[in-house]
Amino acid sequence: HWRTLSTANTMRTVALIPGDGIGPEISDAVKKVLAAAGVPIQWEEYPISTKNVVPGQDLIPSNVLDSIRRLGYGIKGPLETPIGKGHKSLNLTLRQALGLYANVRPCRTIPGIQTKFPAVDVVIIRENTEGEYVGLEHEVVPGVVESLKVITRVASERVARFAFEFARQNKRRRVTAIHKASVLKLSDGMFLDCCRRIAAEYPDIEFKEALIELCSGYLISQPERYDVLVLTNLAGDIISDLAAGLVGGLGLTASLNKGEHTVLAEAVHGTAPDIAGKDLANPTALLLSAVLLLRDMGLQEHANRIEHAIYTVLREGQVRTRDLGGKALCSEYTQAIISKL
Amino acid sequence: VYPAATAVGDTKLITMLPGEGIGPECMEALVAVFEAAHVPVEFETYHIPEPEKGLPASVIDAVNRNRLVMKGPFHTPYGFKGTSINILLRRGFDLFANVVHVFPMPGVKAKYDDIDIVLVRENTEGEYSGLEHSAVDGVVESLKIVTEEHSLRIAEYAFRYAMRNNRKKVTCVHKANILKSADGLFLECARHVASKYPFIEFESMIVDATCMRMVSNPEQFDVVLLPNLYGNIVGSVATSLGGGTGLFPGANIGPSGAMFEQGVRHAGKGISGRGIANPTATILAGVMMLRYLKMFDFADFIQDAVMSVYQETDIRTPDMGGKATTKQFTAAVIEKMDAIMEELS
Ligand SMILES: Nc1ncnc2c1ncn2[C@@H]1O[C@H](COP(=O)(O)OP(=O)(O)OP(=O)(O)O)[C@@H](O)[C@H]1O
Ligand SMILES: Nc1ncnc2c1ncn2[C@@H]1O[C@H](COP(=O)(O)OP(=O)(O)OP(=O)(O)O)[C@@H](O)[C@H]1O
Ligand SMILES: [Mg+2]
Ligand SMILES: [Mg+2]
Repeated sequence: HWRTLSTANTMRTVALIPGDGIGPEISDAVKKVLAAAGVPIQWEEYPISTKNVVPGQDLIPSNVLDSIRRLGYGIKGPLETPIGKGHKSLNLTLRQALGLYANVRPCRTIPGIQTKFPAVDVVIIRENTEGEYVGLEHEVVPGVVESLKVITRVASERVARFAFEFARQNKRRRVTAIHKASVLKLSDGMFLDCCRRIAAEYPDIEFKEALIELCSGYLISQPERYDVLVLTNLAGDIISDLAAGLVGGLGLTASLNKGEHTVLAEAVHGTAPDIAGKDLANPTALLLSAVLLLRDMGLQEHANRIEHAIYTVLREGQVRTRDLGGKALCSEYTQAIISKL
Repeated sequence: VYPAATAVGDTKLITMLPGEGIGPECMEALVAVFEAAHVPVEFETYHIPEPEKGLPASVIDAVNRNRLVMKGPFHTPYGFKGTSINILLRRGFDLFANVVHVFPMPGVKAKYDDIDIVLVRENTEGEYSGLEHSAVDGVVESLKIVTEEHSLRIAEYAFRYAMRNNRKKVTCVHKANILKSADGLFLECARHVASKYPFIEFESMIVDATCMRMVSNPEQFDVVLLPNLYGNIVGSVATSLGGGTGLFPGANIGPSGAMFEQGVRHAGKGISGRGIANPTATILAGVMMLRYLKMFDFADFIQDAVMSVYQETDIRTPDMGGKATTKQFTAAVIEKMDAIMEELS
């Protein structure tokens, strides 16, 4: 693959979408930390925002999509989505337009972050292109709405294979398919069938399956049951937020969207309008997403150094943002990480 | 079908469907407790040996006659193409509201001490419509149906429940940022009903954020209004936080009848037949039924006994970290009832 030809020191260009709400603040933290760590990356910024949506025009201009495709790597802050009305989610549009079919969301208890729960160490692999997110809805007659969930064999097998490959490459031992095939017999049934079929090709990885409500209960009481989880779109969204809650909140969990040709790091959390513009956000989630991106780019050493600096600051507990019970501003916390590098 | 009025003093007839897995064991415990308390109800028990063939006519007749069901879980195998007994009962008898109460169980070490959440879940439509088809080979569509009528009805139920039980807030859970029309309609109906209850606080919350907030700060929730599938997931989160699935009861309420069962329905296949299932949720579901029947004294009596087993003894079934069998736990409840009676006399 052409990407492997470049070496660790060549300067590379990565697309940066600061996003809405707290997006610009946490993106700034990422830029500062990566620069301080001497990561050979320069940024090309794209001001995608709900504010820049022009009615009647493409939600995301095609030249912007082309640029991200050309660069192959990107990182984005959260984009705001209107509720119940208005334009389609920009986060979603971006994932679909770029063919980012698998969403990787590791969720691990961080040393030093107190939780009430047993230690969690799971990687959530979420199908990212279809399911409930296809956006096919209509009003059949007044007062009756239908919403389509679409599951295809192609997408299900693709994400299942991705999960098993991920498990193998990352020395994980078990993949659990999460589903609701007891009710959604055909749709989740097919997803489950695909997972079973792909599982047979990976005898070295244990395969299990679990109903979504069992998984959500057990993640709280016996998380050691789970290792890598593979889920349909909405289920993945819900379970990853649940898992984030178990390890200390949305401010801490990373996420990477993977496609055939494009990789896009983004935090799991939203725009957090309540704290936007106040320098109060926790940039850890986006920083750890950037770490995942660096790993994907083959910049292991840089990734390790940055991750280590983040974990050190969190473990020492002197400088923490408010969501973690601290008093530090986003910028102060960022500075603390930089001084650990 | 309009059931004949039951004269005061008559024994109330209840249809009992023990179900599969741990159902029969838990139901046995319930019957033992009710008998020991001399509750004036009588159970008509129906076993459904072939649940994949649907509801037998005799069961449909019995439910129509009694309009009250105590039910155990029915396991739905994934390959099974028909409709599960659980859904047939809920939809067939229009039991539109699923109510699960998660409360602090004294003596149980829960993740949080002051969880007190009532989940009101739409029980008849949404993702459970059963409308799925394969468009072409390898492409499946599944329909989620949301109707204004049913969304208004469940929202109305949630607010009335809140009002009658002195609750302060209703949180409507949705994913209307993505399912703009379907969940959008559900949310809009909830808002409309909320405007008629200005003395009850109303808020809306996205389902993934709800799970996240529930595990980190469950005290903020009071009455939670949910579409069908989210109710299933969030219900499991809430009961797990409260100390375990085996503890909390649930009711399915319709315009002309009700069905009671463990709050989060699990067949518990892994432990069934070993006599170690936790009957607490089932016994408390019986208590909910007694309240529904306005037999408040019996309800309080049994509930007090169950609570004091948890508060005053360390008799626990294995799911709660103990070694007691279902029968030993049940005997402990009955012993507490005897003690309470003795104190009274
Ligand atoms: N990085 C962060 N740092 C600090 N607090 C955060 C962070 N991310 C989220 N939060 C907190 O968690 C809350 C919920 O987060 P989030 O913005 O994802 O909610 P949401 O309802 O999904 O929003 P959106 O509609 O923008 O997706 C925020 O309002 C904020 O208080
Ligand atoms: N009343 C109860 N008493 C004790 N355990 C219960 C009770 N209700 C549910 N459980 C437990 O909850 C879990 C879910 O039960 P269910 O049978 O639906 O799943 P399962 O297929 O057995 O799950 P698994 O095989 O993953 O444990 C089981 O571990 C079961 O033992
Ligand atoms: Mg989410
Ligand atoms: Mg969000």
